[in-house]
Amino acid sequence: MHDQMPHHEHSMVSSHFIKAAHQPIQARSWRTLAHRTGLEFKRHPYQSSLSIILFALLSLSGWAFFEWGVLNAVFLPDEAACQLARPEGACWGVIAEKYSLILWGRFPFEEQWRALTAVVMIMLTLSLSASGAMWRHGHRSWLYVSWVGCALFFEILMSGTFFGIDIHLGLTKVESELWGGLPLTLLLSIVSIALATPLGILLALARTSDMPMLKTFASTYIELVRGVPLISVLFMASFMFPLLMPGLKSPDVLLRVLAGITLFSAAYTAEVVRAGLLSVSAGQVEAAQSLGLGYWATQRYVILPQALAHVLPGLVNNFISIFKDTSLVTIVSLYELTGALGLALNGDANWRPFKLEGYLFIGLIYFCFCFALSHFSQKFQHSQHHHS
Amino acid sequence: MNNPSVIEFKLVNKWYGHYHALRDINLTVTEGERVIVCGPSGSGKSTLIRCINALEDFQSGTLKVNHISLNEDLRNVQMVRQSVGMVFQQFNLFPHLTVLENLSLAPIQVKKMSTEHAHFLAMAQLTRVHIEEHAHKFPAQLSGGQQQRVAIARTLCMEPKILLFDEPTSALDPEMIQEVLDVMIELAAQGITMICVTHEMGFAKRVASRIVFMDQGQIMEQARPEIFFSQPQHPRAQSFLAKLLDH
Amino acid sequence: MAILTLLGWLGYNTWVNLKSRGIQSGFDFLTESAGFDIGEHFLLAFDSSDNYGWAFLAGLLNTLKVSILGLIISSLLGLLVGTGRTSPQTLIRWCSRAYVECLRNVPLLLQLLMWYVLLIEYLPSSETPYSWFNAIYLSQEGLSMPMLMWQPHESNAFFDVQLIWSWPTMDRFGIHSDMNLSPEFIALTFALSLYTSAFVAEIVRAGIESVPKGQIEAAKSVGLDNFQISRFVVLPQAAQLIRPPLTNQYLNLIKNSSLAVAIGYPDVVSIANTALNQTGRALECISILMTLYLMLSLMVAWGMGRFKDASSLAIEKDQEAQDRAQQRPHRTGTSHA
Repeated sequence: MHDQMPHHEHSMVSSHFIKAAHQPIQARSWRTLAHRTGLEFKRHPYQSSLSIILFALLSLSGWAFFEWGVLNAVFLPDEAACQLARPEGACWGVIAEKYSLILWGRFPFEEQWRALTAVVMIMLTLSLSASGAMWRHGHRSWLYVSWVGCALFFEILMSGTFFGIDIHLGLTKVESELWGGLPLTLLLSIVSIALATPLGILLALARTSDMPMLKTFASTYIELVRGVPLISVLFMASFMFPLLMPGLKSPDVLLRVLAGITLFSAAYTAEVVRAGLLSVSAGQVEAAQSLGLGYWATQRYVILPQALAHVLPGLVNNFISIFKDTSLVTIVSLYELTGALGLALNGDANWRPFKLEGYLFIGLIYFCFCFALSHFSQKFQHSQHHHS
Repeated sequence: MNNPSVIEFKLVNKWYGHYHALRDINLTVTEGERVIVCGPSGSGKSTLIRCINALEDFQSGTLKVNHISLNEDLRNVQMVRQSVGMVFQQFNLFPHLTVLENLSLAPIQVKKMSTEHAHFLAMAQLTRVHIEEHAHKFPAQLSGGQQQRVAIARTLCMEPKILLFDEPTSALDPEMIQEVLDVMIELAAQGITMICVTHEMGFAKRVASRIVFMDQGQIMEQARPEIFFSQPQHPRAQSFLAKLLDH
Repeated sequence: MAILTLLGWLGYNTWVNLKSRGIQSGFDFLTESAGFDIGEHFLLAFDSSDNYGWAFLAGLLNTLKVSILGLIISSLLGLLVGTGRTSPQTLIRWCSRAYVECLRNVPLLLQLLMWYVLLIEYLPSSETPYSWFNAIYLSQEGLSMPMLMWQPHESNAFFDVQLIWSWPTMDRFGIHSDMNLSPEFIALTFALSLYTSAFVAEIVRAGIESVPKGQIEAAKSVGLDNFQISRFVVLPQAAQLIRPPLTNQYLNLIKNSSLAVAIGYPDVVSIANTALNQTGRALECISILMTLYLMLSLMVAWGMGRFKDASSLAIEKDQEAQDRAQQRPHRTGTSHA
């Protein structure tokens, strides 16, 4: 088995122990920069050339955008100057001129401070929910209290009444049809999310349960709702809801739309929750049952916490989708942020040509909200990983 | 007469960030040698052999494989990889291809062989590892030992000059370890250069022409197996062997 | 039990209300004349004397026209950007990330309106269009192109047709052509494709990153180069994981095409809306709409399921084996105590 060893013996014993040393700091040269950005022609010839071309394209278009958006742009609400600057320069003056209409919709001008306060309140409560400290057990009840309080104040501030009952605070009544812009977007999103989540959980539980009737009902509902676009559901909500209620009373447009979005989102939430339920191992149910826990107790204390934790990123994605979907209510004449912009600019021939700047503005608002949400969920995921 | 050295490490150092993984490695392997690398976990054994086929890079020192100097030049790396084969702990067979396709993929794509020739070659290698009847199955249909033998046959299809084994039996159930070791013993008898990281000391005693013991990123001791196992010189080698032979 | 009661109550209310309002029900309205015109049609001639059923068909074809083109473009773009997300080059990675984040975090409706405004405001009028090779014209009326058409020969025999190119012509009234893509169509396709491609890119990225690193190492150690590794080892395995969420995105694209109603492109939803407004048959129109979309969803799901073959089944088995080895949980369902 052993062939001839070469004539010099390889046998050796290391006499000293080499201590760990620090990596020698390389001189900052083009080579290290290239290595760090991966821009190495020998290793990745095609991709490096692509990078160069991309860089050139980006610089060109970046400069063009900079020219249009900053250098040649008009920032003051001066309509004549804006017309002159077209199409080389952007007209940000349209925002300065119309921002109140865009942000608050048809809310009466004098009362817009109420809408602003309502939005600020929501933002505060949101940031409170986002901070990890509040989710600890002792503090969680404070979180619920603050949300309920926020909801009540929102109602009072926006409508001037308390669900129709007059409270004599001296605030003029504002019909819900006039609500619009940012408060409406936030209202629709948050209420839909708040209602669709428990509904979705119930649907998911129904779909994974053993009762055949419940299972078929849930499955049919979910597949039906997921197979049609939201617009058709909104149309249905506008036209069919009055038919479903006794008498000919037709509820508020806002309520109808809210119901439509909630029922729609519940189906998608149910699918996400169902994936989570399936990811919890069967042994958990067996352990809970052998301890004597009943169905609802098992779900509430054992299964659902694990299931929801597993699919938290999917749930947050769902929330982001709901937030974006609220823009569709424009089509049924409820003027949230996107619709308010249309309203602000369509009617005014002077400012109508500058729709693009308006769209970019509210696009930025949407982007900030959605990006913050997804960033928050990623951070939350990371901290989960570090804990577990 | 002159046995050329096929692998030459000269003062090779590697860092993972701040962690000094390989320290001043000097190692020469000549053609036909069978080197077993052993040591406690975290000693850098896998990192060492992964440098040989450029799956890891290194920051200082020089490394020559088959007289080709390994540096950033992609062509050098490609040339080295075509003549060095590696068998992994996790087999890493391509699950979407049949056994025959797993083996013939590289010869067809890299060596530009015709399909018939590649299949013929593949069947020959499968016969060499005694598994030719499973040629048209998918990896998931085979046991662990069979999969690892297929993996060995896959490297043989490229006709490598050097074979690297990274703990080839560590992921196998005990009853399947021997069938893989038997194949490796046969290969050793046929004179191919082998570098093997393993904990199977019985195999090492039988096959190795040299044992390399590593600890904390550096080579502590090298010796012929009969010397190493009976009279280890370095204190760390002594304690390592003592722990191994305990159970 | 409770749910059945609820459904029953709702149904009863509906019936009572319909009766009291004197609204007729039934699908017979489909044979009535539509009385409205559809702006653009695909493969179908339509004028206001055709019936509602025909109108729905025209709308469906318009939806299909947008959806199919959108599916193709978004898949290609998504594949490109998704691969870019895994590139070793920092610039390509960063650009792909920016692309995905910008397109995903803004509502589709807004993007659609933006593209529409861009096309309408910044395209020249049809008297002075952009033109290439005297064959392709781009103006506010849309994109006009030459197209192959069947034209009967002079002899008027039925089978005696010839295939000719129909070129757009321009005179002082504007552009006349047989193949005109309206700005609404272009805006809708653009917005849909870009928006969906961002989601496809993320799905592709997740699929690529889920291929175990060992596969790439094994491929490298047999001597395959980067391109060959992607083509023979990474992508086939990634494709397996990409298929289900990709099917979902395709369905989303088809459903999102319903946003056409916002810019006046006559897809099946806007046709249904018009029909609904004109005839008052809300229930019937909406149920037709929902049935059509469900049919489309089923077709897409079936089509994507056809891509299972021996190789993908083998990958599934392998992944199951890996799951078992790592003892990942597998659950079959709860029991109602």
